[in-house]
Amino acid sequence: MQNHDLSADQVRDLRALAGMIIPPSAAYDVPGADDEKIFNDILRSLERDRDDIRRALSHLAAIGGCAFADLEAERRTEVAAAFREVGGAPLAALVRVVLLCYYRDDRVMRSLGQEARPPFPKGHVVEQGDWSLLDPVRARPPMYRTVD
Amino acid sequence: MLDKVDALIVGSGASGAAVAWSLADTRMRIVCLEQGDWVKPTDYPSNGRDWEARLFSDFAINPNRRARPTDYPINDANSPIKVVNFNGVGGSTIMYTAHFPRMHPSDFRVRTLDGVADDWPIDYATLEPYFAENDRMMGVSGLAGDPAYPPHQPPMPPLPLGKSGARFGKAMNQLGWHWWPSDSTIATTDYEGRARCINLGHCTPGCAQGAKASTDITYWPHAIRAGVELRTMCRVREVTVDAHGMASGVIYYDAEGKEQFQPAEVVILACNGVGTPRLMLNSVSAKFPNGIANSSGLVGKNLMFHPYALTYGYVDEPLDGNHGPPLCLWSQQFYETDPGRDFVRGYTFQFGRGVGAIMEAIVSANAGRLPWGEEHHGAYRKLVNRRIGLSAICEDLPDEHNRVTLDPDLKDSSGIPAPKLDYTISANSLKMMDHGIARAKEVLTAAGASNIAVESPILNGGWHLLGTARMGTDPERSVVNEWGRCHDVKNLFIVDGSIWVTSGGVNPTSTIQALALYIADSIKQRLANLFD
Ligand SMILES: Cc1cc2nc3c(=O)[nH]c(=O)nc-3n(C[C@H](O)[C@H](O)[C@H](O)COP(=O)(O)OP(=O)(O)OC[C@H]3O[C@@H](n4cnc5c(N)ncnc54)[C@H](O)[C@@H]3O)c2cc1C
Ligand code: SF4
Repeated sequence: MQNHDLSADQVRDLRALAGMIIPPSAAYDVPGADDEKIFNDILRSLERDRDDIRRALSHLAAIGGCAFADLEAERRTEVAAAFREVGGAPLAALVRVVLLCYYRDDRVMRSLGQEARPPFPKGHVVEQGDWSLLDPVRARPPMYRTVD
Repeated sequence: MLDKVDALIVGSGASGAAVAWSLADTRMRIVCLEQGDWVKPTDYPSNGRDWEARLFSDFAINPNRRARPTDYPINDANSPIKVVNFNGVGGSTIMYTAHFPRMHPSDFRVRTLDGVADDWPIDYATLEPYFAENDRMMGVSGLAGDPAYPPHQPPMPPLPLGKSGARFGKAMNQLGWHWWPSDSTIATTDYEGRARCINLGHCTPGCAQGAKASTDITYWPHAIRAGVELRTMCRVREVTVDAHGMASGVIYYDAEGKEQFQPAEVVILACNGVGTPRLMLNSVSAKFPNGIANSSGLVGKNLMFHPYALTYGYVDEPLDGNHGPPLCLWSQQFYETDPGRDFVRGYTFQFGRGVGAIMEAIVSANAGRLPWGEEHHGAYRKLVNRRIGLSAICEDLPDEHNRVTLDPDLKDSSGIPAPKLDYTISANSLKMMDHGIARAKEVLTAAGASNIAVESPILNGGWHLLGTARMGTDPERSVVNEWGRCHDVKNLFIVDGSIWVTSGGVNPTSTIQALALYIADSIKQRLANLFD
């Protein structure tokens, strides 16, 4: 688990921010991205984005003037909004990792009506569709340019 | 020193595999050196729950992001389009999306027909038997009768239309525009020991089912059975020359990182439109101080991508999402030059079925469509599985300013100088892209989509790498002759996309492989006097 290289403050900030990006929803019966299981997945998955995410979190703390997770709710909202404007590529990387982990959680997938499984080996069914739609195109004369 | 071989192929991708298989019946001693490794079916992302995530890690299409030890870095800072590829047995066909149109007869005659660039020294008719042979070897699905092409018969029935395809078909009919099920190298029936497609829908980072025809499972098993030796994890540094200026072999680093010299009678380069010029420019000698076979100065120049203009939107019902191969239809309504337009040449539309749940979230977050907070959930549910889109694959004309050179600092893990790109999208291509976007918006509107968005050019869209060692009859204006032999070095051949004179407006692999088979046949027919 300790393969993420983030400080304890950064871990708390990341969790708080993830929960702001995607909070839990009773209406859709889904956890937030700060849910323990999902957040642990996020921490495990920083991978090639680790440096960007560290950069993003330093930037976030700098905007707030202290650890993001320690801010009052109202101030957090302000800081998050400001960060969204200026966060650039590091923030995009952070959001990407949050989304990658959030949308593969079983509970979230089920709420979307998706089966919580990898594509292989079961695959999916795709309907053939109505091939008579092609009749007007079949009736067209050749349309490629001829060359000698 | 290793024993001398008759033919040494560098690169085992689309073209390297085809040429190896074709030459195998000569019973020559043939070795192929490939810097990457075999990919096992169980390695592919669609085996696991992290299947979409791995598109951002070890199966990223951009080698700078993927950064496997078998990849080489590419300095792409000075290009609005980034190179994407795969380095391993099968080359970039491991990652391709299997859309398999051929070039058209007119594509080989652009100077004669439209007064731009150059004609090819060969034509569609010459390649036709090789297209057909390649279709059989790769296993192509599709439907005969497309009015946009000379007649041909794909060996398997087309991919299913699905919900998205039917929507597109209706929209195109409403507009009165051409569309047709794509030729695709995805097996729709069991084919030559390969299982049929089961719609895993994640073809790009490799097909765990083996339905997508990457050359590791098409040409290579046949070539190896016929006696070709494929040495993996062998990265070629340079092609060497002898006192007569002929290629004497290659220096490479083997799987242990040990330097080896492999002598050869004939050397065949199949490293793609970036890897081949890189290797040639790295092959410096007293005879060729600017890189092997580069007396024209054109090695690395005239790099062509196909700039892709993607336009997409969202409909009000769930469609196929990522279920099923992503590309199944094309339109060539705007393919041929029309004097009424403000650009020459044209483009293919390729229609996209949809994307996976995570990809949708990421792309929509980047585009600012996904709010943070409570509203995130509702907004996302209006997007997921509701996307349809189409890309204009624009013909890029050759321009010497668009080029591959060697980066002065950047090196791969073997210490070999890495390629650097300088590329600008031309005014003609930009106009073509705008035209494509405007037409695509009409298609999407007719298909009932709203919330229309554009990505143009597709940033990670440098999948077609062409033109950097062009073919021609004039040694001052081309690098290889009309059958792939270097003008300057008579036992050095190039079979990959580098030799393209112009790019057409189609995905290139069908034509790259037909050319490789044609060059192999040309070699076989001339074996007695190959170096004359
Ligand atoms: C994401 C993606 C999607 C694509 N989709 C399509 C599509 O739908 N339709 C289509 O027609 N095309 C598509 N393409 C392009 C297609 O993959 C290429 O056109 C085709 O693979 C090019 O064939 P090639 O033989 O020129 O090179 P490659 O297939 O790229 O093979 C080159 C090989 O050479 C090896 N090599 C390079 N340098 C060295 C060296 N110094 N030493 C040893 N080995 C070396 C590499 O490791 C690699 O395996 C796509 C490509 C990508 C990446
Ligand atoms: S959709 Fe078909 S070709 Fe693509 S990955 Fe799935 S089984 Fe393979």
